[in-house]
Amino acid sequence: MDLSFTDEEVAFQSEVREFLEANLSADVKDRYSRGIHFSKEAQERWQRVLNDKGWLAPNWPVEYGGTGWTATQKYIFAQEMGRASAPPPMPFGVSMVAPVIYTFGNQEQKDYYLPRILKSEDWWCQGYSEPGSGSDLASLKTKAVRDGDDYIVNGQKIWTSHAQHANLIFCLVRTDGDVKAQEGISFLLIDMNTPGITLKPIIGLDKEHTLNEVFFDDVRVPISNRIGEENKGWTYAKFLLGNERTSIARIAQSKLRCEHLREVAAAERVNGGLLQDDIDFMRKLNQIEVDLMALEYTELRMLSKIEHGETLTAEPSLLKIKGSEIQQRLTELLVESLGMYGAAYEALEVREGRNDQNFAPDYAHGPMAEHLYLRAATIYGGSNEIQRNIISKMVLGL
Amino acid sequence: MDFELSEEQVLLKDSIDRFVKDNYGPEDRIKLSQTELGFSRDHWKTMAELGWLGMAFSEEAGGFGGGAVETMIMMESMGRGLVLEPFVSTVLLGGALVAEAGNADQIEAIIPEIIEGNLMMSFGYAEAQSRFNLNDVETTASKSGDGYILNGTKAVVYHGGTADKIVISARTSGASRDADGISLFIVDSNAAGLDIRSYATVDGQRAADVRLENVTVPASALIGAEGVASPVIEKVIDGAIGAICAEAVGAMAAANEITNEYLKTRKQFGTAIGKFQVLQHRMVDMYMEAEQSKSMSDMVAMKLDLGYADDTRKAVSAAKAQIGKSAKFVGQQSVQLHGGMGMTDEYSIGHFFKRLTTIEMLFGNTDFHLNRFSNL
Repeated sequence: MDLSFTDEEVAFQSEVREFLEANLSADVKDRYSRGIHFSKEAQERWQRVLNDKGWLAPNWPVEYGGTGWTATQKYIFAQEMGRASAPPPMPFGVSMVAPVIYTFGNQEQKDYYLPRILKSEDWWCQGYSEPGSGSDLASLKTKAVRDGDDYIVNGQKIWTSHAQHANLIFCLVRTDGDVKAQEGISFLLIDMNTPGITLKPIIGLDKEHTLNEVFFDDVRVPISNRIGEENKGWTYAKFLLGNERTSIARIAQSKLRCEHLREVAAAERVNGGLLQDDIDFMRKLNQIEVDLMALEYTELRMLSKIEHGETLTAEPSLLKIKGSEIQQRLTELLVESLGMYGAAYEALEVREGRNDQNFAPDYAHGPMAEHLYLRAATIYGGSNEIQRNIISKMVLGL
Repeated sequence: MDFELSEEQVLLKDSIDRFVKDNYGPEDRIKLSQTELGFSRDHWKTMAELGWLGMAFSEEAGGFGGGAVETMIMMESMGRGLVLEPFVSTVLLGGALVAEAGNADQIEAIIPEIIEGNLMMSFGYAEAQSRFNLNDVETTASKSGDGYILNGTKAVVYHGGTADKIVISARTSGASRDADGISLFIVDSNAAGLDIRSYATVDGQRAADVRLENVTVPASALIGAEGVASPVIEKVIDGAIGAICAEAVGAMAAANEITNEYLKTRKQFGTAIGKFQVLQHRMVDMYMEAEQSKSMSDMVAMKLDLGYADDTRKAVSAAKAQIGKSAKFVGQQSVQLHGGMGMTDEYSIGHFFKRLTTIEMLFGNTDFHLNRFSNL
């Protein structure tokens, strides 16, 4: 057991830090540090910078464009990204569908899709949930029926984040309705521009357009767009969800929020002093920092296990539960730090500029939007109730 | 001791429930909150015609002499529909300050106009540095000839952009945060030197930041005597806290009904999700929070009607602390139990969550009132 970094690791840390300082543009940093939704143009621009350096997909195997870093280096990189307020790449391509493609896809699929993800040429979205299938994902009804070399897909997906920006969707579809729900699912890659696909925006609590409904009406999808075997899609889907739960903990970003909260507490005035002198407030912030530290070391312990060739069972569920709860507590506290100015919020899309009219400090713009949006953190990626079921079943055998 | 409503009170409750049912369906409310005004002048007229705007004022002032219990009844029913009209700002803040400490001329000029629905008011008390401390006033009023000159900035003044008159707390003497030396002035919204910047709040309402630059008011704008407004402000705000506690109780009751219904109808894993014990217990906790809140809201309304003493102040803070905690829990868990549906703006539950979130902050958050409770 050893917590310290080697000289090489320290040098690597400086390299990452210097690179981010030199290459992260101010507009990207500003949006991300405020918790405001990204713009597609800026996100793409930033992803290209990372990819030019070869750092877009550290977790991928080297042969597909990964970095070959040790777990410690990956950890250092994630920490430095967080510290610099650098947004991670959009997860749908890099950390969700790509591992499915390089693990279960055929050579042709790997050769075509993986480079395009690295170059940000494709934007992916995730076609999992349906109106009747949320927590009970395996009950999904979107149907794919064979017709020559194609599947004909009919049905509906919902809560599809950022689908309006995507040109590709990875989809779970039912290819066999006569077997146990989990055994009749296939995993398809679908071009969003195929005739028969329509999008309907869902405006969120934060009045932003993040979510969508996606409708499939006799959509022709080549059978060659299927990943792996027919009716084995549930295996690939679960593999993907396991990856999603790890990245969803967003520990580095939460650390950044803690730091930001300390800055706000040093600026907000109360009773002639500063908020940082308020014992009740600081106690809450300190408690979150301690919880976050525990989560960080839990993650490191898990990474060490992986490094030593052990396989994880339900540990990612723990990261997801604790990580999402901490994110929510942080944004709640950030809103609280603003006093009544926390309530002054309306999305730009509703009435541009109206919320810029008050005299609130600059840091007051953003926290409420993030607070509202992150109520979803305990819902998406498998709700926290479902994650607890997973731990109870897989770890505790209950 | 009796927690039951009188026949008259039941009629009052029924009439507001009917108004909410007819006018505040979830879609109506969303539409209304997105208009420039943010509420309906027609609804305001209806409220005047039905006598609700006069309920809290004494009969001498032209009102119906209702007490905090009547206010509680009205606010609880309005909370069920998340009513947007500036009832608290006009009647329970601006109007109440005039009724509490104003002279006969001021009362005569203002209260009947409020009751008729012709005059809207708001109250600018908070400042950027004051957080929830009502005595932390840096806005100044200096004597000039027969009147005063006001300078300063008031923060997050609910309905400041639509008020005809704004009551402003300003320091006529003393140092920042002194209880002594605070005075109240009635300022016309079109007064020269007044810069009112209106914006939307997350709960679908409107607030404004109000900057006063050499705003001149006559001596007749002063409410009560100079420099002694602090206890008046505290008393009026405490009354308003009682009111928003009742609003939260109504909002929590509605949120719980909607969520409970969702648990019964939403099916996953071949059964209604309400059959899962983990969700049942969550819903039970939400129910208990709402019941505890209702008890505190009723208690505080009855105490306010018995007179205003230290014990009342302590009760107000206890109620606000309890209800702040409950409002957060019920609001957040209502969204959680709805899953993705809870995250959409077109579905009603999120709007309850957002209003409950701001009620927790309004007039002092949970921490503030726990401290006030322990210090009183």
